[in-house]
Amino acid sequence: MPDMRELYQEIILDHNKAPRNYRKPDDANREAEGYNPLCGDHYTVFARVDSNQQITDIGFEGVGCAISKAAASMMTSMVKGKSVEEAERCFENYRQMITGGKDYDRDALGKLMVFSEVCNYPTRIKCAILCWHTLHAALNNLQEPVTTE
Amino acid sequence: MITSAPDKIAPNLNDFDVMRVRQDFAILNTLVRGKPLVYLDNAATTQKPHQVLCAINQFYGCCNSNIHRGVHFLSEKATEQYEESRAQVKRFLNAASTTEIIFVRGATEGINLVAASYGRTFLKEGDEIIVSAMEHHANIVPWQILCQQTGAVLKVIPMDDNGDIVMEEYAQLLSERTRIVSVVHVSNVLGTLNPVKRIVQMAHDAGAVTLVDAAQSIMHMNVDVQDIGCDFLVFSGHKLFGPTGIGVLYGRESLLEMMPPYQSGGDMIKSVTFEKTIYNDLPYKFEAGTPNIGSTIGLGAAIAYVQSVNLDKAQPHEDALMAYATQRLEEIPGLKIVGTAKEKAGVISFVLDFAHPHDIGTIMDSEGIAIRTGHHCAQPTMQRFGIPATARASFAFYNTLEEVDVLVRGLEKVREVFA
Repeated sequence: MPDMRELYQEIILDHNKAPRNYRKPDDANREAEGYNPLCGDHYTVFARVDSNQQITDIGFEGVGCAISKAAASMMTSMVKGKSVEEAERCFENYRQMITGGKDYDRDALGKLMVFSEVCNYPTRIKCAILCWHTLHAALNNLQEPVTTE
Repeated sequence: MITSAPDKIAPNLNDFDVMRVRQDFAILNTLVRGKPLVYLDNAATTQKPHQVLCAINQFYGCCNSNIHRGVHFLSEKATEQYEESRAQVKRFLNAASTTEIIFVRGATEGINLVAASYGRTFLKEGDEIIVSAMEHHANIVPWQILCQQTGAVLKVIPMDDNGDIVMEEYAQLLSERTRIVSVVHVSNVLGTLNPVKRIVQMAHDAGAVTLVDAAQSIMHMNVDVQDIGCDFLVFSGHKLFGPTGIGVLYGRESLLEMMPPYQSGGDMIKSVTFEKTIYNDLPYKFEAGTPNIGSTIGLGAAIAYVQSVNLDKAQPHEDALMAYATQRLEEIPGLKIVGTAKEKAGVISFVLDFAHPHDIGTIMDSEGIAIRTGHHCAQPTMQRFGIPATARASFAFYNTLEEVDVLVRGLEKVREVFA
């Protein structure tokens, strides 16, 4: 049995308590809504993407469990200042990691490796990936709200 | 030498003995995540005693056959057992006749049957259907679809901040336009025990037909359809210590007679030609196709089991569980119980101000404690209380006060992690 403390590591608890980039940037030009109907997690992700396809600012708002909130907070810290393409690559690595895949770039994920334990909790995978799907939708200007169902 | 002291060694059959009852449920003695299982998710589904498992096994092992058609020995046996289950349900609900007992997949299918068959036949534009604000989606969506199909209008009885139906508002909603009143007996989120007898009486005074969703109440109390006076009542077998995939629709015979079949095919007919089909009599008119015979027999065994345990005798124990759990939970700083109705049964929903329900659920699971978290298929109830989700502990007669203590210790663990 995986240890529950491995799931709720200090860094996750810290980002849950004091989420970074928890705001709507004034000049945001991308926005998408994500919803997990099963547990009620509900977030909006905002981003400012410049003409060079760089994410110059990013933020999020909403409600949800510790895993979903910490994932959103750490995601925004990770992709801020990166290009859209880099962010999408990061999403793919992250998705591989939390769904138990083997073929992903650990170094590129850096601190996000703290979520690697999530793959042992199948019911929590959706919590950890909701914000990333929402970011993907925002970056691609998808109009429909994202749901994990 | 043989000595006997029956008064001292024989169990007192007049008392409810939770430890004896627990012996019938092997799963309650298993380990989960290396910890003894504490099963507090009974509102989702109850565990099954070995008497039910044996009955299902015995049917498939010794009597398996189709019913109502074969002339051979096994078919006769299977038909006999299937119809005996119907007779048991009839006695259990105190229905007037076995023709009023329709086997369906569960409470959900029972409500859908009434909405589709009665509703589409007898409702028209401008008619009104009343439900309460605390309904499960299964007692909302079928009526919404019926409204779309017929032009009828769905009305909702509000509830107060405790989770009690506001009866004055209900009285205001009733009118000559009211055609159906469909309410839950016990709320699966709030635990509220609704005054269904009074609700039904008021609906009948207004000329409406009534449906009671007994999915949650059936495991906690004796449900008597003639005493309640309702026209329809539904429940699911798996919430009565029986198997999944089987449930019951009780319907007043005079109404069932007027209603067209819900599904059609084999078994629900008397004769078929390409020109004309004559439908079968009740209850078979509503049981098209080969039914879930094994689970129906399992349900019969579950009812026999519940009657042997005796819900009246288990009542003081269940009341003690609810009272003790409520008291212990209220002592936890930062915990708020959602649903504080005057009368409750079996269910305690709560939120913590330092942890989200989903995180509570995961940490409880790591302690071997099974609770439900989320919106419990009652999103309007969540909206009414302005919360996205709750954690829910729900009890059956086999739970113990010690398990309540484990629940409370689990919540202390949540505090250690999050506070």
